[in-house]
Amino acid sequence: MKKVKVIKIDVDKCNGCRACEAICSAFHSVPKYSSTNPERSRIRVLFDPLRDVYVPVLAGEYTEAECNGRDIYTIDGKVYDECSFCRASCPSRDLFKDPDSGLPLKCDMCEEEPPLPEPLCVKWCLSDALTYEEREEEGEEEEEKPDEMEIGLESLVKKHGAKKVMDTVARLAKE
Amino acid sequence: MRYAETGVNLEIDLSRGNIEKEGSDPKLTELHLGGLGTNARILWDRVPPETKPFDPDNLLIFSAGLLAGTPAPGANRTIVSTFSPQTLLMAYSIMGGFWAPELKFAGYDKVIIRGKSPKLVYLWINNDKVEIRDASHLQGKGCLETEELIKQELKEPKAQVATIGLAGENRVYFASIEQGRSSASRGGIGAVMGDKGLKAIAVRGKKDVNVARPAEFMELCNEVLQYIDHRADNPIKGVPPILAGLGSPQEMTLHDEEWHTASFAWGNARHRRKDFWNKKVEKKWKGIQDKAVERLISCYNCPMKCGGIITHPKLERYMMKCYSKLTYTMAAMSDLNFGFKIAGLAQEYGVDGYTTPQVMAFALELYEAGILTDQDLPGFPSGNEERFFYLLEKIVRREGIGDVLANGVYWAARKIGKGAEEYDHNTIKKHEQIPIKLGVLNPIYYIMWSTGEKINITQIEGQIPQAPFATKEEREEFVKDWVQVPNEKFKEFILNWEPRTLPHYPTSEAACELVEWQETMHYIDDATGICAGLSSFPIKPPYHIHNLPRLISLATGMDIDEAKLWQIAKRNRNLIRAINTRRGMRRKDERPPEDHWRKRFPEMEAKLLDEYYKFKGWNNEGIPTKETLDELGLDYVSQDFEQRGVYKEKKVKVAKSDSKKEKSQGKKE
Repeated sequence: MKKVKVIKIDVDKCNGCRACEAICSAFHSVPKYSSTNPERSRIRVLFDPLRDVYVPVLAGEYTEAECNGRDIYTIDGKVYDECSFCRASCPSRDLFKDPDSGLPLKCDMCEEEPPLPEPLCVKWCLSDALTYEEREEEGEEEEEKPDEMEIGLESLVKKHGAKKVMDTVARLAKE
Repeated sequence: MRYAETGVNLEIDLSRGNIEKEGSDPKLTELHLGGLGTNARILWDRVPPETKPFDPDNLLIFSAGLLAGTPAPGANRTIVSTFSPQTLLMAYSIMGGFWAPELKFAGYDKVIIRGKSPKLVYLWINNDKVEIRDASHLQGKGCLETEELIKQELKEPKAQVATIGLAGENRVYFASIEQGRSSASRGGIGAVMGDKGLKAIAVRGKKDVNVARPAEFMELCNEVLQYIDHRADNPIKGVPPILAGLGSPQEMTLHDEEWHTASFAWGNARHRRKDFWNKKVEKKWKGIQDKAVERLISCYNCPMKCGGIITHPKLERYMMKCYSKLTYTMAAMSDLNFGFKIAGLAQEYGVDGYTTPQVMAFALELYEAGILTDQDLPGFPSGNEERFFYLLEKIVRREGIGDVLANGVYWAARKIGKGAEEYDHNTIKKHEQIPIKLGVLNPIYYIMWSTGEKINITQIEGQIPQAPFATKEEREEFVKDWVQVPNEKFKEFILNWEPRTLPHYPTSEAACELVEWQETMHYIDDATGICAGLSSFPIKPPYHIHNLPRLISLATGMDIDEAKLWQIAKRNRNLIRAINTRRGMRRKDERPPEDHWRKRFPEMEAKLLDEYYKFKGWNNEGIPTKETLDELGLDYVSQDFEQRGVYKEKKVKVAKSDSKKEKSQGKKE
């Protein structure tokens, strides 16, 4: 069994106060709590009061390349900005990048020893737009993951066929 | 390294188009903290009393509070200070929202503006890069509209924009500065911004705000949050719903409006409607409000939800907070639906939600009395609501009679003449006050209305229940967990306060202390930038005199205890009074209108003022004495006073015509 940590986001309850951004950036500053800067936060509230759009987004995985194309959601007649619900630190936008180094930021659920009862963005959200849940799920805690090259080659084989990939590798090896 | 503050101010000269970044003196932070305190110091040092509000040398200062941008919940206020075209005294107004923290993150504590731009411009502060940009295409645009246009133009959806509307551009004496869901509206500071040719200031910041002792600071912030949570589940018992919770009055969620509609006066601060509120009205208004309020919203890093996003079939979405839903409604003797409709438009034009409805109700009375005629008001509609819309358009454009009304009730009454002065019955220090006309004089409020220099009573009052509890048991229950009191004496005051003892209780002695406590807490907030809604305004707030010194110390690295913090607030209070003294403010100006209470007690009132002045260390004209000033390290002020002969002036008596006027006004009630 493995432990799954979930931050549940209720956009209807968000009031756009950005306390989550303040506390997140403070927690991750060094020394801890020594500075605040929402730009360093691993959660951002994308909001536009005049369209009644409030979306707290947690920083997810870094991606080197942007998607082929972007998405725009309309929900209940409200149009959300391009890629509003995506968590990636992506070249297509300036979200989730450290303002000084440009390095990607990623939510770590405020992991530390001893563990906190809940991530701090959840704790500081008195509106309960953010709530926290832990649950057990089938599966190993630490799955053995195929390495990156194997994943890459597998997808190339799927796309171009094994022969073409092997020929290319052989040719590259000679060069 | 500087903690809590950035230590850098922006100096903008709009006449020359010059931009400088100036380091600020940390000594001034020790003396005045920041926000209003340091603003006052700059105004004292740099704007002589001869400078008129619309002179290029008048300064317009936008300041973040000292703690804005730190994780202290609710520390987000922007304090705007200048000299008011309406009161001719120091004006300052404060707004919540997101602007102040953004300014801190951009690396600045204040933006100090002087001079006048030959054409309309806006300021773009993007971290280290600051530029003055053309705003001719924004001329006449509404506030929210301007904000949107600027963000689009800069491709910066996260920029925070403080802006004026048409009213500010036209120097309406009660023009506001709007920032999304918030506004700095009192004293006509929007008019000064318009006079300087400055349409807006946009800010974007990506830098750190540091605190000196992080772990302990955060512990205290967490305690504050916990207490806010506790108070949400434990409203104060035995007070009207509006006073029971934290925050600015929760007008976007409250449906019970008995308190406002029954105790505040309608029309031109004229009519009490004690029977207005009933189940039928409540049901109707609830329907209107629930339909209008789409979402409750907060300011930066604050769990309170004082604001609302408002939808109205005739308007674009806008944001509202507090009592402005009722100011227009009640002034026009109308309905909540009208309130929501006109407030959205008024905010786009950028006018103060307190003053504007009163100016319009005043004009209506003049029309009904035949002092203003159809000639003054060509095409004046017949219904109150239509008349309000008509007047709003005239005022923000300064068209026809609107040009006169745009200077506010006091100046308009004197310009119109023909007895119009008699209808100016709700201004103090030339400024429209909240329309509360009650029965019996309350000594606490008498002192506050008289001596407040923040013009708005809500910016001085707080902490205590506004009326006595009915029973001894209730009083004992109330004081049990009252940790916010400076000392046990204040509990005694509540315990001994029995119904129907006004105006003889509280005693003048107690009244002085109570006023001082209330006011001091506000002066602290105005320096730190913590919202009054979590601190000086509500009963039993999370921030108080016992935890604020520690909070400020941990954030800044300074060593401040309760006595020292009280002293700083006192210094700021006296400095502001000194600035106004230098501009001619005297005892004669410190008078609530004659009809403010039905029953008045002239001798007792004079004694109250005497005693309060004495208590504050002011002379009989309300001028801080040399001893008071020197003790606070304000010797440069007392020297200035001596040079100007301020202490040697003859007493100015209340002009006869004035007191006569107000007497007849009283009778009419």
